[in-house]
Amino acid sequence: MRFPKLKVEKRPLPDLKTKILWPVLSILIALGIGAILIAAAGVDPLTGYYHLFSGALGDVHAISETLWRFTPLLLTGTAVALAFRCKFWNIGAEGQMLIGATVATFFGVSFIGTPSWLLIPLVIISGFLAGALWAVIPAILKAKFKADEVVTTLLGNWIILYFVGYLVEGPWRDPTSLWPESPAIAATAVFPRLVSGYRVHIGFIIAIFFAILFFIVLRKTVWGSQIKAVGANPRAADFMGIKVTRVLITVAILSGGIAGIAGVNELCGTHLHMKGLGFFGGTGELSWGYGYAGVFIAMLGGLSAIGVPVAAFFMAVMIQGSRAMYRATGVPSPFFYAMEGIILVCLLLGIFLTYYRIRRVKG
Amino acid sequence: MKRSPVVIKMVRITKKFPGVIANDKINFEVRKGEIHALLGENGAGKTTLMNILYGLYRPDAGEIYIRGKKVTIKSPNDAISHKVGMIHQHFTLVPPFTVTQNIILGLKFPKGVLKIGRAEKRVAELSEKYGLKVEPRAQVWQLSVGEQQRVEILKALYRGAETLILDEPTSVLTPGEVRDLFKTLRSLAKAGASIVFISHKLDEVIEISDRITVLRDGKFVATKKTSTTDKGELARLMVKREVIFRLKKPKAKLGKPALEIKKVSALSDRKLPALKEVSLSVREGEILGVAGVAGNGQRELAEVIASIRKATEGKVIVKGKDMTNRPPSEIVEAGVGRIPEDRLDMGLITDLSVKENLVLETLRDFSDKAVLFFPEGVFLNHSAIDKYADKLISEFRVITPSREVPSKTLSGGNLQRLILARVLARNPKILVASEPTRGLDVGATEYIRRKLLEQKTRGAAILLISEDLEEILTLSDRIAVMYEGKIMGIVPARKAKIEKIGLMMAGTPLSKIGR
Repeated sequence: MRFPKLKVEKRPLPDLKTKILWPVLSILIALGIGAILIAAAGVDPLTGYYHLFSGALGDVHAISETLWRFTPLLLTGTAVALAFRCKFWNIGAEGQMLIGATVATFFGVSFIGTPSWLLIPLVIISGFLAGALWAVIPAILKAKFKADEVVTTLLGNWIILYFVGYLVEGPWRDPTSLWPESPAIAATAVFPRLVSGYRVHIGFIIAIFFAILFFIVLRKTVWGSQIKAVGANPRAADFMGIKVTRVLITVAILSGGIAGIAGVNELCGTHLHMKGLGFFGGTGELSWGYGYAGVFIAMLGGLSAIGVPVAAFFMAVMIQGSRAMYRATGVPSPFFYAMEGIILVCLLLGIFLTYYRIRRVKG
Repeated sequence: MKRSPVVIKMVRITKKFPGVIANDKINFEVRKGEIHALLGENGAGKTTLMNILYGLYRPDAGEIYIRGKKVTIKSPNDAISHKVGMIHQHFTLVPPFTVTQNIILGLKFPKGVLKIGRAEKRVAELSEKYGLKVEPRAQVWQLSVGEQQRVEILKALYRGAETLILDEPTSVLTPGEVRDLFKTLRSLAKAGASIVFISHKLDEVIEISDRITVLRDGKFVATKKTSTTDKGELARLMVKREVIFRLKKPKAKLGKPALEIKKVSALSDRKLPALKEVSLSVREGEILGVAGVAGNGQRELAEVIASIRKATEGKVIVKGKDMTNRPPSEIVEAGVGRIPEDRLDMGLITDLSVKENLVLETLRDFSDKAVLFFPEGVFLNHSAIDKYADKLISEFRVITPSREVPSKTLSGGNLQRLILARVLARNPKILVASEPTRGLDVGATEYIRRKLLEQKTRGAAILLISEDLEEILTLSDRIAVMYEGKIMGIVPARKAKIEKIGLMMAGTPLSKIGR
């Protein structure tokens, strides 16, 4: 058998059309593969997708639910994208979320009776600082000892996950609860809803604020230029007099801080109790894998300040929609996890094809 | 001597890279059992020509004949099937693997059964036969550079190569290892192999080769029988240039010493002494040229001054202020302009736009007021940056579609203009220029040299580090020669005799050279 001879070559410079065409095409292909999965579950794919999209965007309630899920995803996606922009491979948004929520729980539970205007800023700032601390340690280890931050940030996730487990099973356990969880935070620490009756809350505004901040930092500031330079070539950046270590540390602070706020968002906007793995399991954790999803979203969004919110929104639609599809048709909602993988693989191929083309050669 | 048959014939080979013609209609042939040297300066096109023969590049035009048959070589695999092997300057071995594992890596075995014992025996036989002493079971990371090179040669022989291309094989070897290598090459040639020996070192070429082909600026100059030529003729063929530009060295008023280097020592990347008590001093309005064969500490010297390499001893004094091992940002602020040797990986951030590359060193000048935590200011003034970038692009004649494109899309000469624009726009008091015109075409070279002389007239103190002796002679007021991390001597350019400089470059200190 003769294979056609193919040649991979770099495209000169992809224009805007190619840059948009391929990612869109790859998402469509991923949805096509998803259709096969839906069909395998015995449901007509068109019906399945109809319920998926109408369940996520069909009415005001659905949109509110989607935005409520979009909030933490936008925060962790922004946190990770910022770090990745200067090649600080922060895989630890999950841990930074949890530590942020933990510290916020401490203030939220201890300061019952404090008015909202004081307590809400307090939990947000404390969550930011805790997340920042959890990210800055790996950054310092990287700067001082060249410790690989992929390893240190990832391990940090497990440390904090089990520490939270200890807290909610041990000293912080709410004795009146059946589950390993902390007592509820003060009512004045709960994030107010934007519209009563709908779950989307002020965390949404905070997430949008950080997404815009990310945009402004990259486009308009000295610091953003330095981040891009360090990310593209740290050796050259150092040579040009950019303080590479300082850029690394400051990026870690903001990245970890935003992830920390994602944790506060989940605590004060959704769960109201600190939750975690108890010794015998529990009701689930505070974060539904949002920290890891942040890595996915950052990559999906091409680390760009425009792409990340789009990717986070798309992800929120998929999560929210999968659940709606499950309720309507019985396609198991973990369908969403399969889609996550399929989309990523298709998109990586799509990105590759944006910059390279495959040509058939004669002979 | 009976003429042996031609094994390889390359006809009118042409290869263009953006902004430079690396090979311009080159003819080249190799006979069976011959050691054929390819001689030329850096950038003459020797390696490009051989990379074409080895299938790493495709020629834009020209033909290759192997044993009389026209062939197209698309990949090293094709080259190997035509019994052509190449040993690069930088080895391609896997350090934790054994010698034999490295040699058989990528080969197919009948029925997919790996017979390592048989391979080891074969390696031992080959190494015995050609005097390539190396233990087949040793792990590569334990071997010396000379031994690693032998593994590379064995790799090619194991694949049945009858034509061996060696790219600057002696540049990494000790004198003893060079002798061993030459012995091996002679025995290989005697056994009927053809060898292409790429080099820019005259002595070696004369010692080892049967014939010599000289390339210059990507063009074929001549093929000579080694027995009928001599060093003088070869040197002329190699370096002679049609004089396209002759620069007049302007006189400038000498000022105070601006850059002083006092007994500086430093280590190389491999933690070996690279600089040994180097002392130099450059005055305002003066160009001090540092000559020497590449790899004798010039790169480390430039890096110590830029403060991206630590000086282990000694002092770097900038305008009277001790700046030894200060952060690179302070060196930039102190008014030291640096044109680095490594344009793509150090001089520029090629993924970023042209305008970003122009202002990265001086972001402070384009930002608003410094505030707490942001000593360099917060917001950039983009309209000022755009104006500044456009001004430099036109002033330094950088050819680019716009200031916004990633700088990697620019040609080599334009990349260097870009660096020059960034550095010179600040009117640096001190300028350290490493290989400023390497690989550039004549026009860009002349432009850059003129700019350097302009800077000198303006009163800058310039340290010019270059392998290109002609460049050093054209531009410098004084010439220092480096050899193995030491300064062999400093002579005024006016009275410099080429032979004297040549002797110093080969390791004889000035004090030991008679008149």
